[in-house]
Amino acid sequence: MGFTINVNGRARSAEAAGDTPLLYVLRNDFGLNGAKYGCGVGQCGACTVMIDGKATRSCVTALSSMNAKKVMTLESLSDGGKMHPLQQAFIEEQAAQCGYCANGMIMTAKALLDRTPRPTEAQIRKALAANFCRCGTHNRIVRAVQRAANQMVGGTRTAAVVEGVRA
Amino acid sequence: MDRRGFLIRSGGIVVGFSLLPAVMAQSQPAALPGSLQSNRMLDGWLRINADGTVTVFTGKVELGQGILTALAQIAADELDVNYGRITMVSADTSRSPNEGMTAGSQSVEQSGTALHYAAAEARDILLQTASSRLGVAAEQLSVSDGTISGGGAKTTYWELAQDTDLRREASGRVKPKPPARRNVIGKAIARRDIPKKVRGEPAYVQDLRLPEMVFGRVVRPPSRRATLEIIDEAAVSAMPGVVALVRDGNFLAVAAEREEQAIKAAEKIRALAKWREVADLPPNGSALYEQLQKLPSKDSVISAKAGVSVSAGATSIEAVYTRPYQCHASIGPSCAIAQFKEGKLTVWTHSQGVFPLREHLAKLTGIAQSEIVAVHVDGSGCYGHNGADDVAGDAALLARATGGRPVKLQWMREDEFGWEPYGSPMVIKMAGRLDAGRIVDWRHDIWSHPHSTRPGGAGTNLLAGADLAKPQYLGYPVNSPQPSGAADRNAVPLYDFPNQQVVLHYLPEMPLRTSALRTLGAYANVFALESFMDELAVAAAVDPVEFRLRHMKDARARAVIEAAVQRADWRPGAKGDGARGRGFAFAKYKNLAAYVAVVADIEIDRRSGELSVKRVVAVVDAGLIINPDGVKNQIEGGVIQSTSWTLKESLRYDRQKVLTRSWSEYPILTFPEVPAVDIVLLDRPDEKSLGTGEGSQGPTVAAIANAVAHATGRRARDLPFTPEKLKLLLA
Ligand code: FES
Ligand code: FES
Repeated sequence: MGFTINVNGRARSAEAAGDTPLLYVLRNDFGLNGAKYGCGVGQCGACTVMIDGKATRSCVTALSSMNAKKVMTLESLSDGGKMHPLQQAFIEEQAAQCGYCANGMIMTAKALLDRTPRPTEAQIRKALAANFCRCGTHNRIVRAVQRAANQMVGGTRTAAVVEGVRA
Repeated sequence: MDRRGFLIRSGGIVVGFSLLPAVMAQSQPAALPGSLQSNRMLDGWLRINADGTVTVFTGKVELGQGILTALAQIAADELDVNYGRITMVSADTSRSPNEGMTAGSQSVEQSGTALHYAAAEARDILLQTASSRLGVAAEQLSVSDGTISGGGAKTTYWELAQDTDLRREASGRVKPKPPARRNVIGKAIARRDIPKKVRGEPAYVQDLRLPEMVFGRVVRPPSRRATLEIIDEAAVSAMPGVVALVRDGNFLAVAAEREEQAIKAAEKIRALAKWREVADLPPNGSALYEQLQKLPSKDSVISAKAGVSVSAGATSIEAVYTRPYQCHASIGPSCAIAQFKEGKLTVWTHSQGVFPLREHLAKLTGIAQSEIVAVHVDGSGCYGHNGADDVAGDAALLARATGGRPVKLQWMREDEFGWEPYGSPMVIKMAGRLDAGRIVDWRHDIWSHPHSTRPGGAGTNLLAGADLAKPQYLGYPVNSPQPSGAADRNAVPLYDFPNQQVVLHYLPEMPLRTSALRTLGAYANVFALESFMDELAVAAAVDPVEFRLRHMKDARARAVIEAAVQRADWRPGAKGDGARGRGFAFAKYKNLAAYVAVVADIEIDRRSGELSVKRVVAVVDAGLIINPDGVKNQIEGGVIQSTSWTLKESLRYDRQKVLTRSWSEYPILTFPEVPAVDIVLLDRPDEKSLGTGEGSQGPTVAAIANAVAHATGRRARDLPFTPEKLKLLLA
């Protein structure tokens, strides 16, 4: 069956059964490699994408349910060559060993920062609690998310600190 | 036999006496440093290109440990070129040096040492060429980023590239730079591979897509040693998209046009296939550990020392430590692409050793090694021998049925958990005697299955082999000898005891296949050894750090122990308060690699048995550090992974099958549970680099166990320390 879905701001079509997990369509039909297969049952987070702004596990999301939805993948964050502050921060903190989990971490963190621009460390850890990393890169990932958050709200935060000092 | 007779027998040539040295030199080539010894040609390691770049070849592979970055740093520094000019080519049987496995924290030592010497010699050759071309003595020339100048003249490596012949054997005679002149080595240079990985660009074998490629899945038996009775092949072949179905004995694999079609076809096969199963898996828990001690074993004394006699008044204590089957549990299940075309097999794989893999693929498929190319492509972290090689075998078998089209085969999560070679369960019995506050006698007994059944050597060490109609079995496993050891890794104490005996009871029969899981036996041996040091310290009523130092002569070991004490503000005699405590542990990995001392702070909820590790301080001496950030990343990763093994991990199975199929049956440490990790590196630029990839796991488990005992006064000896077990322990 043919399906047309909105991925990274473009309408894209795929010939596949309606129950096909979105993950395989993104990877194999559209050549988008960001989302990874990790468990196929929604447990690990490797396959995370944003659907209508919400971090969603594409391994358990059927292609047929994508009608009128907007899918964003990791690739969309660096469209046009400039990287998203989260990607930049992952590089600056060297927040990867094998990096296989990085897609899920970045996409889940993006959803967090969209709703909570200044998360506490505990909030970051909680938001990422169901994203698994086996290499033990957790603390660097947390630092990368903090760094990105700082950068994204940069001006205001610096001002707040200065005010705090004055008071 | 006379000398002449010896020559005839060994070389088949009769020569005059005067030629003898030359002949001897030929039959026994000069020893060269690191992997140059087995890969002796300079151009096998590096090429200077006219376009201003340098290509560096290594037989080692990127596993997320940052090795390609560290090796590029070494080459750039020795050549005096900017780091950005280096392109790395890693393990590929068609063009890289054969450096066996990337394992055992040895890459910097083997490949790095080779590159130090090869690059230093290449630089020297380039200087000689420049000298004759410019008419300036080589001593007057200097190099900056590949530009050679001196005596008012100038040229570049890139101009000389054509006329510089690196197709020659390395001499090993040009010494690498002294520490003071290095400027790329020792810098925290960003990893080369991370940007594409965080941008979602193709980076992993899972991301590789070849023209005409189809997708494969394998269907393993429902349990070990099950035999296939019936399968309706026609019903599977008729499914949408199915391109090929391979049935060979008990081996079943399917290829389809689309990935989800392959998955559905595999599910269908699983539903249709009828198997005859057996129930012969070992028991769980204490019954497993009792059984291990009764299995037929090959016993060997690993270390024995009999010094002074022990006085009758000495205090004796004993303890038994256990570790269950544990998984590598890579986040991305293993994957390979294979293509069989015009008699040639090409395999893209994240194996840790493409050369040994090629050898065993040849046995598995009957295709000659000369017709097989195995190319390394990054995968998800593997932490030892996971499914990487096996899936390459599966893909190769399936590729013979797809009419020349490449097939990408990725294991499903349940394949990985169900069939990876596990870390072996181990039982370790310790016994020691104390006299006047010192250990006077020490005994360490290990019961363990093999810790390496990787490809290489006898047999066919690929999972599919045993399932074929003409079965091919694993080679008889051998335990690598000391000083590295395998099951007995780190069992020989670095401490100085007058009497000691270390005995390995090696159990080659494996009801569940076991193999190399990061650190091999060292995780459990250091757990036992360093827990037992604390038990003896308590019996001697001496602070555990002070007690260790009393028995430690090695100056570098003492230095990391003392630095950890300082960093963590260790207070001798401080008491745990029933819920909080701290523990200390130390090891020099393999007694050959990095020295690591760890202090762990824990909290325990006595009612629920919930244990949480709050903070870990690790002090590391890894000799000359090539990339400090890379070392920190490895040490921190090891601390966290070891904390996860220690608190949570144990394979689930019953007498018939493995029950761990998803993360619900194999929980690992999550973000909120991860301790804060503080790492201090002691740089020793004049010492050789020591491997760090596996340095922190052993000390971490022991420091946690010691912290539990410190907090509660009770000793946890049975891994993992789950709430259920700790509740019982504290009841
Ligand atoms: S692959 Fe989707 S959550 Fe694991
Ligand atoms: S970096 Fe390897 S799984 Fe997270």
